[in-house]
Amino acid sequence: MLPGWLILLTSFGYLSLLFAIAYYGDRRADRGRSLIGHSSIYALSIAVYCTSWTFYGSVGRAASTGLGFLPIYLGPTLMFALGWAVIRKIVRISKVHHITSIADFVSSRYGKSHLLGGLVTVIAVVGIMPYISLQLKAVSSSFAVLLHYPDLAAAHPMSASPFEDTALLVAMVLALFTILFGTRHIDATEHHEGMVAAIAFESIVKLLAFLAVGAFVAFGIFGSPGELFRQAAAQPQLARLMSVEAIGPNWITLTLLSMAAIIFLPRQFQVTVVENVDERHLEKAVWLFPLYLFAINLFVLPITLGGLLRFPGGALDTDTFVLALPLAEGAPYLALLVFIGGLSAATGMVIVETIALSTMVCNDLIMPVLLRFGRLHLSERSDLSGLLLGIRRGAILFIILLGYLYFRLIGESYALVTIGLVSFAAAAQFAPAILGGIYWKGGSRQGAVAGLSAGFAVWAYTLLLPSFAKSGWLPESIVDLGPFGLHLLKPYALFGLEGLDSISHSLFWSLAANVGGYVAVSLAGSKSTIERIQATLFVEVFSQSESGRGLGAWRGKAAVADLRELAARFIGRERAQQAFADFGRRHGFDIDKRTEADADLVQYVERLLAGAIGAASARVMIATTVQGEGIGIEEIMEVLDETSQVLEYSRQLEHKSQELEAATRELQAANQRLKELDRMKDEFLSTVTHELRTPLTSIRSFSEILFDNPELDATQRGEFLSIVIRESERLTRLVNQVLDLAKIEAGRMDWHLEDLDLAGLLNDAAASLRGIFEERDVGLDLRLPAPSPLVRADRDHLTRVVINLLSNAQKVCGPGTGRVEMWMEPGEGEAAVFVRDNGPGIEPDLQDKIFEKFYQLAAGGTGNPSGSGLGLAICRSIVERQGGRIAVHSRPGEGATFSFTVPYPPG
Amino acid sequence: MWREEATGERLAAVFLLGLALFSPLVLRLFDRGPETVLAGIPLLYVYVFGAWGLLIGLLAWAMRSRPAVPPPREPPPLDFSV
Repeated sequence: MLPGWLILLTSFGYLSLLFAIAYYGDRRADRGRSLIGHSSIYALSIAVYCTSWTFYGSVGRAASTGLGFLPIYLGPTLMFALGWAVIRKIVRISKVHHITSIADFVSSRYGKSHLLGGLVTVIAVVGIMPYISLQLKAVSSSFAVLLHYPDLAAAHPMSASPFEDTALLVAMVLALFTILFGTRHIDATEHHEGMVAAIAFESIVKLLAFLAVGAFVAFGIFGSPGELFRQAAAQPQLARLMSVEAIGPNWITLTLLSMAAIIFLPRQFQVTVVENVDERHLEKAVWLFPLYLFAINLFVLPITLGGLLRFPGGALDTDTFVLALPLAEGAPYLALLVFIGGLSAATGMVIVETIALSTMVCNDLIMPVLLRFGRLHLSERSDLSGLLLGIRRGAILFIILLGYLYFRLIGESYALVTIGLVSFAAAAQFAPAILGGIYWKGGSRQGAVAGLSAGFAVWAYTLLLPSFAKSGWLPESIVDLGPFGLHLLKPYALFGLEGLDSISHSLFWSLAANVGGYVAVSLAGSKSTIERIQATLFVEVFSQSESGRGLGAWRGKAAVADLRELAARFIGRERAQQAFADFGRRHGFDIDKRTEADADLVQYVERLLAGAIGAASARVMIATTVQGEGIGIEEIMEVLDETSQVLEYSRQLEHKSQELEAATRELQAANQRLKELDRMKDEFLSTVTHELRTPLTSIRSFSEILFDNPELDATQRGEFLSIVIRESERLTRLVNQVLDLAKIEAGRMDWHLEDLDLAGLLNDAAASLRGIFEERDVGLDLRLPAPSPLVRADRDHLTRVVINLLSNAQKVCGPGTGRVEMWMEPGEGEAAVFVRDNGPGIEPDLQDKIFEKFYQLAAGGTGNPSGSGLGLAICRSIVERQGGRIAVHSRPGEGATFSFTVPYPPG
Repeated sequence: MWREEATGERLAAVFLLGLALFSPLVLRLFDRGPETVLAGIPLLYVYVFGAWGLLIGLLAWAMRSRPAVPPPREPPPLDFSV
């Protein structure tokens, strides 16, 4: 129908147009006027999700399961609702850490581990291999249909001769095109703006093509969708497709699977995360991308039913309906448009997927090996960007050829969707490590390795292995009977789990192994310091990036020239120069005048390199340049030590300052007391001199009278002389008491502590005062227990205290009515002696003061005019010196009770 | 900040609604055979695409009614195009 040259010409013309768009996009980006700075373009680029699977395979799927093709698109819709926060977080983390691929992400999260990066890369390459083969199969078979229709026997895409093998041709063209597209130069950000622009354009083309053929079928062939459905409903086979029954059991599984795939397929990660130029674009994509999915699926069912009506009896592969319908209805140019649409879907997927995979293979598989086994003397080569490009180009070719190989081996045995689901299940293996990694700090490197390898192994065993068996490359008995006849190990019914379709079955077991391994090993094992750091940086990315800093932890020194040299090696001299100048400009200094790099610059260069060779390798490279190493464990420990030391110092300081405060308080108190003492000393002096002067004045005046009047009669002279004598005695007593008090207070009093019979001592003291009491007619009662306790005290001093208290008591009592009681009570560790009078009593506020020096009760004339005011002060000094206490209890008008205690002898 | 949270809650609600709308049990409710049609289209198909459209509408509403939030502070750009 259509000449082959026209198809080829159109195809190459279209690819050239794409290339032109990409080239233009890159040029615009280089000039700083990005083509893709629009959220709609971003949403359209995410639509790279819709591949040949969508374009051709959905109809094939719908032909057998009705609505069963739809979960693959409902899942992403749900994920964009649920995952807005998740995707935003991943995007933010990737921007902050310069993540360039899904392998880089996982590796970086778990301590910049080479092992994990490599593992993820291997899983991705092997897992995506079927998906790429799907695209090759779709393009080559659609080409064959277009070329040979209606001679379907000839439309067999596989040919014995490689030169006539359209799939190989397609593979080669796609590889070439991808290389031209994605690896023109090494970019530190891994942004391929031109590619994104081309992908967005392709998304529009495939949508328009599909809508065109859908409208053609629904309205052109059948007149209206209603008529189409009416005709279909008339046939029981087709009517079945309009029921829930046709969907089959895996509706929920496929929804879950596609939810994971929309983020974790390497190409989706590439366009959604790595190529994202502005986080805010996500806001529109949240609904615009699902809308795109909605639109491109709108006509799937009409086309399916139309195809089944038009080609009854399975005459045609249902995957080719989209193309065959316009051909059969005589619309070859519409068919050509459909072919171009399908080509768009396939090329978009292959380009993005292989660029993403090649970046991973280069950064996370090959470069680490080259860096580790320094055979190539990488550090001596001046420009490695050429090497990097070479590796990536080789990787692209390798990956596409791997897809081709899978197609040659397996391709004919499966429908498009079935092949694609195998890849979805592989991509889902990344979910635990990544989702766990951004929400759970406890996830460890070992856990991620264990989970990923276990999940991948189960996936390979339950999905990949059977596909080889079904295609005859392995004995089919492995699938039917289990390896070596072990029924429990049947790949489609592992451990006897039957009744699920193969995808649900594999997903269940692989995710069980994956999540189980990840969580169990993470919980059981330990984590290195850098793992902890990265875990915190990832999980807390929002708070971290808002605080702006705190990412690197490069300490130590590096020369600017060294860093520049290093960067130049990987991204080219010119770009390195530009980047450094840029950095200087942003930070407001001339970079050429700097010799030593600060931590910011070191980190900046690490991120530059991370774009080119992956985070883990970049770290290694930087570590060779930075003197004093990066973040070795010793250093971290040192930092920790320093921190804890600082904490300790601060704690000590606080302690000291508290001590100081306490000392200050004590000092203040002491100072206060000293002032008080000083004041008391002054008072004491003035009181003493005053007290001395009174008797002295008296003595002097009487002596003068006697001296001046020799003629005084004998009686009068005797009276005067007796006053002089009495005052002299009083003077002597006063001086003695002052001396005593001074001696006690200075601690110079002689103490002869001995064990005394307290009752005996009290008796003796009372006896010596008996005369005075009788003279003043004051009664004295003694109540002393018979077995008197022994106390430890100085006999003379203690006797003085008792006499002092008794004599004070009798002084305050009125003659005739006065009564004084003295008794003792043995107590705990000491005996108490009480002396009670029935005098006027003491006001409560004076009760403390009477023990002070020179305090004399003047109340009611019952004071003690002959007292020195030192008696009670001396008593208190004596009692306290001997380890006792002295106190007074009194109420005005009810007399007073003085009490003091004397300790028992020790032991 | 509450606006961010409100958006997140709305989206979570849309997600839960989606789960409910697309659960096989609910699909079964609308499975009335090929004869039950709405505008000539089987009810089941109308329902599934209608519910899907509703979800997308709600997503757009949840995002568009979002007040303009100042963009997060980006890390320093690393583009150094020549």
